[in-house]
Amino acid sequence: LWALQYHPSGQNIGKVLIANRGEIACRVMRTARKMGVKSVAVYSDADKNSMHVAMADEAYFIGPAASQQSYLAMEKIIQVAKISTAQAIHPGYGFLSENTEFAELCKQEGIIFIGPPSSAIRDMGIKSTSKAIMSAAGVPVIEGYHGEDQSDECLKEHARSTGYPVMIKAVRGGGGKGMRIAHSEKEFLDQLESARREAKKSFNDDAVLIEKFVDNPRHVEVQVFGDQHGNAVYLFERDCSVQRRHQKIIEEAPGPGIEPEVRRKLGEAAVKAAKAVNYVGAGTVEFIMDSQHNFYFMEMNTRLQVEHPVTEMITGTDLVEWQLRVAAGEKIPLMQEEIALSGHAFEARIYAEDPNNNFMPGAGPLLHLSTPPPDSFTRIETGVRQGDEVSVHYDPMIAKLVVWAEDRQAALKKLRYSLHQYNIVGLSTNIDFLLSLSGHPQFEAGNVHTNFISQHHDELFPAKQATPNEILCEAALGLILREKMITDAFRVQSGDKFSPFASSSGRRINISYTRNLTLLDGNCATDWLQNYIRLYKAFHVSGDISNEGDLTYLRCTVNGSVCKAKLVILDNTIYLFSLKGSAQIGLPIPKYLSGASATGPQGGAIAPMTGTIEKVFVKAGDKVQAGDPLMVMIAMKMEHTIRAPKAGIIKKVNYQEGSQANRHAPLVELVDEDMESN
Amino acid sequence: RLCRQAATLSRAYHGDRVAAVGSHPDAGSPLYQENYERMKALVTELQELAEKIRLGGGEKARKLHTSRGKLLPRERIDRLIDPGSPFLEFSQFAGYQLYGNEEVPAGGIITGIGRVSGVECLIVANDATVKGGTYYPVTVKKHLRAQEIAMQNHLPCLYLGKSHYKSSKWLSLNKAVVMGSCTAGGAYVPAMADESIIVGKQGTIFLGGPPLVKAATGEEVSAEDLGGADLHCRKSGVTDHCALDDNHALHLARKVVRSLNYQKKVDVTVEPSEEPLYPADELYGIVGDQLKRNFDVKEVIARIVDGSKFDEFKALYGDTLITGFARLFGYPVGIIGNNGVLFSESAKKGTHFIQLCCQRNIPIVFLQNITGFMVGRDYEAGGIAKDGAKMVTAVACASVPKITVIIGGSYGAGNYGMCGRAYSPRFLYMWPNARISVMGGEQAATVLATVAKDQKAREGKQLSEADEAALKEPIIRRFEEEGNPYYSSARLWDDGIIDPADTRLVLGLSLSAALNAPTKKTEFGVFRM
Repeated sequence: LWALQYHPSGQNIGKVLIANRGEIACRVMRTARKMGVKSVAVYSDADKNSMHVAMADEAYFIGPAASQQSYLAMEKIIQVAKISTAQAIHPGYGFLSENTEFAELCKQEGIIFIGPPSSAIRDMGIKSTSKAIMSAAGVPVIEGYHGEDQSDECLKEHARSTGYPVMIKAVRGGGGKGMRIAHSEKEFLDQLESARREAKKSFNDDAVLIEKFVDNPRHVEVQVFGDQHGNAVYLFERDCSVQRRHQKIIEEAPGPGIEPEVRRKLGEAAVKAAKAVNYVGAGTVEFIMDSQHNFYFMEMNTRLQVEHPVTEMITGTDLVEWQLRVAAGEKIPLMQEEIALSGHAFEARIYAEDPNNNFMPGAGPLLHLSTPPPDSFTRIETGVRQGDEVSVHYDPMIAKLVVWAEDRQAALKKLRYSLHQYNIVGLSTNIDFLLSLSGHPQFEAGNVHTNFISQHHDELFPAKQATPNEILCEAALGLILREKMITDAFRVQSGDKFSPFASSSGRRINISYTRNLTLLDGNCATDWLQNYIRLYKAFHVSGDISNEGDLTYLRCTVNGSVCKAKLVILDNTIYLFSLKGSAQIGLPIPKYLSGASATGPQGGAIAPMTGTIEKVFVKAGDKVQAGDPLMVMIAMKMEHTIRAPKAGIIKKVNYQEGSQANRHAPLVELVDEDMESN
Repeated sequence: RLCRQAATLSRAYHGDRVAAVGSHPDAGSPLYQENYERMKALVTELQELAEKIRLGGGEKARKLHTSRGKLLPRERIDRLIDPGSPFLEFSQFAGYQLYGNEEVPAGGIITGIGRVSGVECLIVANDATVKGGTYYPVTVKKHLRAQEIAMQNHLPCLYLGKSHYKSSKWLSLNKAVVMGSCTAGGAYVPAMADESIIVGKQGTIFLGGPPLVKAATGEEVSAEDLGGADLHCRKSGVTDHCALDDNHALHLARKVVRSLNYQKKVDVTVEPSEEPLYPADELYGIVGDQLKRNFDVKEVIARIVDGSKFDEFKALYGDTLITGFARLFGYPVGIIGNNGVLFSESAKKGTHFIQLCCQRNIPIVFLQNITGFMVGRDYEAGGIAKDGAKMVTAVACASVPKITVIIGGSYGAGNYGMCGRAYSPRFLYMWPNARISVMGGEQAATVLATVAKDQKAREGKQLSEADEAALKEPIIRRFEEEGNPYYSSARLWDDGIIDPADTRLVLGLSLSAALNAPTKKTEFGVFRM
C-alpha cells in the first residue's frame, strides 16, 4: 500500500488493457483489482461469454475468433486502448507479448507497453545475436563450431576446444539424421565419417557442425526483473524439464537438487544477461543444464512466463504487481538481498488433450468442472468455468494448478492430492497423466530431464486395466442412489408425498428384488458392444449420496471398506473421482434410443470433436459392417477416421466433404438392416 | 419450506402429542421365543415357496423365452414400473396345489399394482413360460380379480403379454402391450384397449391362427403376415405403436401412461409419516402360530401404524373389540381389531366406529382374529344376533376403502363382522399362521362327536374313546388342511399371504392404491335396534 502511494517518477497507471485472454488475462486482472487499477478486456467472437470478459471492468469486442483478426490485431487493440483511455497494455504471454512492432507501436501512441523495451525483444528474438551478446557479457553459452572450414583437422580441433562429448550434426540435418555423438577424441574421426556419410545420403550435403553434447539435459530457467533505473534482480530458478511435444507440462521452483552455490551462479548469470540488454520488467533466462550442473545460455523470454506463479510462491511476490509498478517507472520493489527463497512450489498445467494419443490437443465443453478448494498455498489459475468451452481456436490449456509447501516432498504430495480433486468431464484432459507423472519414483527423486517422458514411457502409460469390481459397485450404487434422488424430488413436489409407492425401496411381496445393471467398462465407441459387465451378488454394497454445493459425493461401503468419491452422471456415462483415481463407466444406450430411432443419438457415428470433413466414404443406402470407415475428419491438425459403430444401412449422410461438423454432431444416420426392411 | 410444511401438517404442539401404544416384549421368555421360532419358520416357508413361484415355468421354458430376446414377465414389470419403486403383487399362490400334479406358478399370470411414470397402475402380465401361457380357470379368476381391483380403485390397467381371454368388464383406462400372440378372444384384449403397443416380429393378433385359417378357407399364411406388428400398425390399425423389442414396448407403455393426464386426488388429510417405535419382526414372538394363545391386538397395531400412535375409541367399553384412529404412511385409518370373542357391546362399539369412519371418510383396516360372536342363552337373550347384525350391516354398507388382514383365526359369523371376503374389502390378506373356516376344527369335531354320541345313546350304545378319536381325527385334519391360508389363497379367496413383518408396507401400498378412487357417500341400511 505504501508503495502504491509513493510514485517517485513516471506515470501513474490507473487503467490497464489486457491484450490477451484465458487464465493470464484473469491473472492480470486479479492483481489489477487488488491494486485498484481498472482493467479493460478485449475479446473475440469465440470469447463473448468468457471468464476474462466477465471479470474485467470494461470489455471490448475486437473481431472474429481467429487470433490474426482479433488478439493479434495490433491496430484494433491500440484503438481500444485509446477509446477506453487505458494508460498501459499488458500483453500477457503469447499473442503480442514478444512482438517488437507492437511494443514500438505502443510507444508511438504514448501507451505504456508492460514489457521490456523493443530493442531487448529484438535482440533476444534472434538466436545467434542473443548468443553473441551473452557470450560477450560473460554468460556461459553452449560451445561449438559452425564454420566454412570442414577439414578433419579443423573440426577435430574445435571438438577438442569445445570439450568431449560433442555432437556432430549435419548442417542441413533434421530428425536425428546425420547426427553422431563422439565421447572422446579417439572415436571422433569414425563418428565424423559416419555423420558425413549419412548427411550426404540424406541431404546431399555433408557439411557438419560441432556442438557440446549434453546428455539428458535439464531445462532450468531463471526469473529476472529489471527496472528503468538500471537495476536487475533474479528470483531464483525454475525447473521445467519435463516436457511433451516440446512444451512444458509440469514446473517447479526451486530446481530440485541444485546447490545454493549453483543457484547463485545461475542467478548472477541471468542478471548479467538481463543487464546486457538493459532489460526492463519481467523476463526469463533459459539455460540448459547437464548432469554435473554445468549450465549454458539458451535463450531469453522477454515476457511473463506461464509458469511464473511457482516463482511467486517461493518468493512471496506478485510479479504482475511488480510489472505494473516497474512499468509506471518505479524501482524494483525488493533489492536482491531482500529476495528470499522459501519452500517449494509446483505447477501442473491442465490441458485439454489426449495423452494416450500423442497428447493430441482437444477442445469441447467443460460439462463438469470441479477444482480443489483454493487457499493461500493452492492456486488455481484458470480462465474457464463449468459450462464453458475449450475453443479450438486457442491454446487448449484449461488451468494451472499451483501448490506450495515447506519442502519438495510435501509440495509434491499436495500436488497429487489436489490433482485428484481436479475433475473434468466433457473432454479428455491430461490430469490422469499428470498424476502418474508426479507419482513416478524418478520424478519424486527429482531426476528430471527433457527426455523424461520418453524414457519412462511404459510406466507413465500403463496399459488400460479393467475397472476394479469395487469401482463398478460404486458406479452401480451411484446410479441407483441418483435414481432415488430423482424419485425423492418427484415425491416432494407431488401431492402424495408419503405413499410407500413413492419410495425407492424396490420392495416386492415375499420375494427379493434383484435388478441387473449393465455397465460398460471403457467408453471406446467401437468395442462397447463386447464390453458388457455384470455385477454379481458377491459384493455387499451400501452407501449414500450427499450434495456439497454443486457437487455430489458418494459415500460407499463395499465389503466393509468405505470410500468417498465425487459422482458425476452425464448422459450415458458415470464418472467417479476419488483419491484412488478417476473412473468412467458407460451405460448402454437402449436399442430404441440408439441408431434405430431417428430422434436419438447415433450410437457412436458422431464427430469426436469439432472439425472439417475431409473425405466421405459412404452414401445413403450403403450397407456397412461394424468398424467400416465412414468418413475422415480433420481436426486439430490431425486426421480422424470415423468408423461404423455397428452393422447396418446408411440412411442419410449428414455432412459433405469440406463441411464443418461440431463435436458430437451425428455424421450419418445408421439403421439396423431389419428396421430398414420394415 | 418443506420443514414448515411438515410442521403445519403435523401441528406438532407439545400438548398434542399422542401417547404411543405397545410395549417392549419380554424377548427372553420361552413363550416369546417359541412363538418367534415357529412364526419365523412359517415366514421362511412362505418366502421359499414364493421364490420358487417367482421363477415361473421350468428352466427350459424360461431359457426358450429369453433366447428369443424376450424379457421374462417379472423383468417386464420391473422395467415397466418406476425404477426402484415397490410392486404390490397379488395372489402369488393362485393355483397352488390346485390341479393335482400340475403346477401353475402364480396361476400363470402376474398381477399387482406398481407406479408407472408416477401413476399407480394395475398391471397384468401373462407368463408364457407357464404351460405356454395357457389360461387355467384360476388364471381367469385371477385376471378378473385384478380387473375388479382396478375398477374398485380406479386404476389404469396395463396388460403385458399374450392373452387368450375375453372379458366383458372394461374400464376407461385400458392399455395393452402385446408381446406374444393373442388369438381368438385374446385378440380383443388389445383391440378393446384404448391404446395398444405391439412388439415387432414377436407379437401377433388374430381371431383365427394360421392352422384355423387353413382349415376354414384353405388359405396358407404365416402368423406374421396374418397378424404381425407390421400388419396391425400399418394396415389394420388394430394396434397403435410398433416396438422394436420388449424394452422398447415398455418404454412406450411408460410414455402412454405419462400422457394419460391422470392425477391421483387424495381426498384425505395427509401427515408426515414416521416409522413405528417397535421392530416389525417382534410380531413373530408376540403372535406365534398357536391360535389358542391370546395376544393383545394393540401390540400388533403398535407395529403397524405411524409412530405407534393410536387414538383409541371407547377404550373402556366392549373391550374385546379394539377400535381407534391412527395414521399409516401419513394417511388416516380407522383400525378395528379383535381381542377376543364378540359380545353385544363389542358389536355395538364396532358399529358406532364404522359409522364414524364413514362420516369422516376414513379408510378402515380390519385386523381379524375372531372365533365368532358369543353364544349361550344369556347372550341370545341379550340380542347378540341383533347387535351382531348391526355390525355386519355397518361393515357391508361402509363405502370407505376397507382392507382386511387375517392375523389369526377367522371363524363363523366373526368373519362377516370383521369384513371377510363376502363383504368386499378392497384388499384382503392373510398371515401364514391364519386359519379360516365356519368354526375351529376341534369344535367341529366335537360337535360331530356329540351328535354321534347322542345317536349311540338313543340306540342304547356307548361311543368308545377310541371310536370318538377315530371320528374326530379326519375332521380335524380336513379343517386344518382346508383352513390353511395356502388352500384359500390358491382359490383366490384372498389377495395374498404376507409376512407379518410386511403388514405395514402392504397396508400402506393398498391404502395408497385405494385412495385413487373418489369418495362415495355411505348409505347404511336399517340397524335393528
